[in-house]
Amino acid sequence: MLYVEKKPEKLIDENGLRTDGRRPREMRPIKMEVGVLDRADGSALVEWGGNRILAAIFGPREVHPKHMALPDRALVRVRYNMAPFSTPERRKPGPDRRSIELSKVIRNALEQAIFVEKYPGAAIDIFVEVLRSDAGTRVAGITAASLALAEAGIAMKGLVAACSIGKIGDVIVVDPGHDEDMWGDADMPIAVMFEDRLITLLQMDGPMDESQFSEALSLGMSCCELIYELQKEALRRPFVFVERKVVGGDQTV
Amino acid sequence: MLRGRLWEGIKLYEEESIGSSLMKEYMLKELKNGRRIDGRAFHEIRRVEIRPGSYTKSCGEAWLSLGGTKVLVGVSADIGEPFPDTPEKGVMVSNVELLPLASPSFEPGPPDENSIELARIVDRALRSSKYVDLDRLAIAPGKLVYLLFLDMYVLDHKGNLADALTLATVVALARSKIPKVSLSSDGTPIVMDEQIPVPVSDPVINFTFVRIGDYILLDPSLEEEIASDAMITMAIDGQGRVCSIQLRRGFFRDVEIKKMYEIAREKRKELMSSLEGVLKVGQETT
Repeated sequence: MLYVEKKPEKLIDENGLRTDGRRPREMRPIKMEVGVLDRADGSALVEWGGNRILAAIFGPREVHPKHMALPDRALVRVRYNMAPFSTPERRKPGPDRRSIELSKVIRNALEQAIFVEKYPGAAIDIFVEVLRSDAGTRVAGITAASLALAEAGIAMKGLVAACSIGKIGDVIVVDPGHDEDMWGDADMPIAVMFEDRLITLLQMDGPMDESQFSEALSLGMSCCELIYELQKEALRRPFVFVERKVVGGDQTV
Repeated sequence: MLRGRLWEGIKLYEEESIGSSLMKEYMLKELKNGRRIDGRAFHEIRRVEIRPGSYTKSCGEAWLSLGGTKVLVGVSADIGEPFPDTPEKGVMVSNVELLPLASPSFEPGPPDENSIELARIVDRALRSSKYVDLDRLAIAPGKLVYLLFLDMYVLDHKGNLADALTLATVVALARSKIPKVSLSSDGTPIVMDEQIPVPVSDPVINFTFVRIGDYILLDPSLEEEIASDAMITMAIDGQGRVCSIQLRRGFFRDVEIKKMYEIAREKRKELMSSLEGVLKVGQETT
């Protein structure tokens, strides 16, 4: 009860700007970094607006408990978890109903991109930890986990990029922030495997008519494409240094 | 190991087998000829049978069968404090029980991810369509509100639990009555003998589609659910708007999603015309 959220007077002002000063189709700043943890097989940190999300991959590794192993493919497990200090009001540690559901849909979104048949009997464990939350944690989590999977060297059909689309009044906005998530009229997280334009996660909350929905869907695809380009850039970056040495290296050394 | 559990259960993820891939091949062959294995058209809903509770100990009940998938939904009410972030609204709590008697693959114990997902699918459809007017369930805003508990029991799992549970819940709520509560001068609640209906509006209907190969099927049977490559549930309100979506398994293309929305909108009209009678009690209140 110490922290009661206050609803802003207007979610979009007379100049068409949102509460954090963005235009309807403007995303928040995003930062991606790959390979941030030493012990994990793959890891990534994504800072997206006020979100700060760490993803780590362990595997392919032996399945425990053993009876869960699948004879013909890898068992993909996801744990999405929010830190108690990730929100103003402390969250009780451990999984709640929301995080169990999110773990399930995130697992589906990522599993579509993994060549699971390549690792029969093995487990691929994906951990998504929300260290600071600011709306859109599931999409930031998928974006981070997909980078971590790539860094772990797991055979993949493509990267999974994700983003959220919101609705305020009748205006469709991209990447809703905290206020819009709390008081907006609709929210639609979407994840896309971009190589084939396949939608692997789609959830929606709040009414949209036909034209709003098709606008939201196509905006969602474009946002994911943008995220996808950033992901590729983030994966390449650690190797840029090596590349320069080889190609443009000092011949006299 | 797989034999006994081949065709049963929502735990599809663990239960795909050689048997299901044979079944899928057979289904695809039939679909190519324009037929589903139970003889339905691609976008045909199975027979719906509804028995609203006429004498109930709780506030309201509905028993529903959707092509043999049997569910029972009970509505209970209480009064209590509102949530701090919505002080002026009543409280609604949804819970799904996958009873062990409904399928050999359902086990007793705390709710698993499937039952939580189902409860949240129904809950989101009701909330985002504002089917229950939670504002009118406040007695003393900020202090005292009605608490509504929606307990959804799955009795027999023959596919498409989401649509069956949503429809049964909508009917149960439309026919539920709760005791009227007034406040005395010092603010203590007085429970009256008078019963009032739960304030509901135009029903929201959930539609579940599966994709098998390139075929999109509405209202999957259990066999179709198991053989499917992808599954999605979307809720349509009285104005034909889409209120909630959950992509539950696999992937879809954007054109497929738009197409399914169109089909769902048409199907809602069709379904509503046959439902008017059962929803009558609720209709009178709005």
